[in-house]
Amino acid sequence: MSYVLYRLATAVVVLFGVSLVTFGFVHATPGDPAETILIEQTGQQPSSEAVEEFREAEGMNDPVHHQYVDWVTGAVHGDLGQSYFSDAEVSSLILDDLYNTLELAVASILVALVIAVPTGIASAIHQGQPIDVTSQIGALIGVSMPNFWLGYLLIIVFALNLNMFPVAGSGGLEHLILPAIALGTGMAAIVTRLVRTSMLEVIDQEYIDTARSKGLKERIVVYKHALRNALIPVVTVVGLQLGFVLNGAVVIEIVFQRPGLGNLLVDAIFARNYPVVQGVVLVAAVTFVVSNLLVDLSYRYLDPRIKLGESQQ
Amino acid sequence: MSGTNADTETEASVSTQSTWRDFLDEIRYNPLTLAGTLIVAFLFAVAIVGPVLTPYDPTSQDLANGLQPPSLAHPFGTDQLGRDMLTRIVYGARFSLGIAIAVTSIRVVLGTTVGLVAGYVGGWVDEFLMRLVDIQLAFPGLILALVIAGVLGPSLRNVMIALAIVGWATYARVVRGNVLSVKERDYVAASRLLGTPPRRITKRHLLPNAINPVIVLATLNLGTVVLATAGLSFLGLGAQPPTPEWGTMLASGRNHLRDAWWIVNIPGVAIMLTVLGFNLLGDGLRDTLDPKQQSRLEEI
Repeated sequence: MSYVLYRLATAVVVLFGVSLVTFGFVHATPGDPAETILIEQTGQQPSSEAVEEFREAEGMNDPVHHQYVDWVTGAVHGDLGQSYFSDAEVSSLILDDLYNTLELAVASILVALVIAVPTGIASAIHQGQPIDVTSQIGALIGVSMPNFWLGYLLIIVFALNLNMFPVAGSGGLEHLILPAIALGTGMAAIVTRLVRTSMLEVIDQEYIDTARSKGLKERIVVYKHALRNALIPVVTVVGLQLGFVLNGAVVIEIVFQRPGLGNLLVDAIFARNYPVVQGVVLVAAVTFVVSNLLVDLSYRYLDPRIKLGESQQ
Repeated sequence: MSGTNADTETEASVSTQSTWRDFLDEIRYNPLTLAGTLIVAFLFAVAIVGPVLTPYDPTSQDLANGLQPPSLAHPFGTDQLGRDMLTRIVYGARFSLGIAIAVTSIRVVLGTTVGLVAGYVGGWVDEFLMRLVDIQLAFPGLILALVIAGVLGPSLRNVMIALAIVGWATYARVVRGNVLSVKERDYVAASRLLGTPPRRITKRHLLPNAINPVIVLATLNLGTVVLATAGLSFLGLGAQPPTPEWGTMLASGRNHLRDAWWIVNIPGVAIMLTVLGFNLLGDGLRDTLDPKQQSRLEEI
């Protein structure tokens, strides 16, 4: 229990730091964002009164620590401020796109597992044989491949030449498959290596020998006894990969021109629409921190041999 | 994660000569390490002498010869502005390798310093620095780098700053773990009791012990930085046209997927080969320098 409390407390400290960093970077910007934004909005050099008016309206003239406190207080209540360029609430912009990004994230994790678990098991069972060597080399190539290039390769082959899928956009399964493969392949490579290592460790254990010597069928030994235990570390890594998925989703959404948080963030960065930038980064970081926390706690639940409180040493 | 290097101190005393011999053995018996070493050596050769060998200029346009498929005159074809792709790829190797080395060096220096101070000083300093590390690791790295580079303004220099800020924490963790594992050893304690100044203890005992995992991590990191730089440039936050940077080149092929496949695919292969080379070399170095760390670094 004390471990759970410790983990919760550090998660809160980390989130506080995250909010500070997010806010800090945006406010350390060189140049006056007010002027840039007004030029963007009106297409001409704003008068100094207009700039001053905008700064006052957006609260940019308040002391920085007031602005921070206002922002954090709002964020805790789900209010992330307003976009500079429309009256839209940042939180509703994020909610609109969150679903698309989560859909892509979940689909790509599924792709990764569907590729990685069977490949990793086959690799471990046939250690050193051609199937193992092939899958290991495949995994090396998978981690080394830029996902945006893989995205274009998939578009060239499956969308432009075979006409099996649409090139871009969102909605429906046919729009999801190529982006999910582009994003899931890199993760599949990492998870394959992990399943293999983990299976090899478990197969060496005495209880596997016992199961075999009881005369159980090899299939039952592998799938029922070995796999269940081998998958425990996989849960952790897949959980930790959520951050990786969010990173990748930004790029993949651009490649496939798919609405989502990545597209929202990149547009906001180029437009210097800081309330949106801050909001998206905060949401991404919170998702990451919370998923790490859940993974950490569930890991301990899945494997009771792990003593609580050991990992902070 | 940390503190797993309980008994690597013997490795620290291993002479450079035998480490070198171990690595040659690794190359001889592990074809993947050999492949990695060759790829990396080839890339450096290309970056250094390549530009002298190509007859074209990487940025001069020749619109009449745009979108030429690969041929003898242009082995990798030409892009939409008629520039020779081979020349641009060769110049691009300079950017990719240069940035990867610069960013990784800053990360190593920053992370090692933080790790040493945290591990050696301990107490609230350690607690504070490790929370900083947690915060750093709590951000999805590319997203943070994207924001930093975006806020500073799109340029290669700002991409380097952003990537350096984003990636030092892992080194801090690894180094701190190593420092903690040797700090309380008798010979270090004895040295301290004898009044050896901290700087000397760090140099003699703490750093040598941490250096091997750092070298391995840094090699693997070179590949990650190449990927991230290309990714940020792809999004338009890094190198600006007409700079022959691989990510920027790849992005410029977006509108020619159907009629000029080489514009996206050739930079794609270049990026993949570079990252693959560093990954293979890093795995080989890990087998030689840090054999106990089998899978720990894989997820980073």
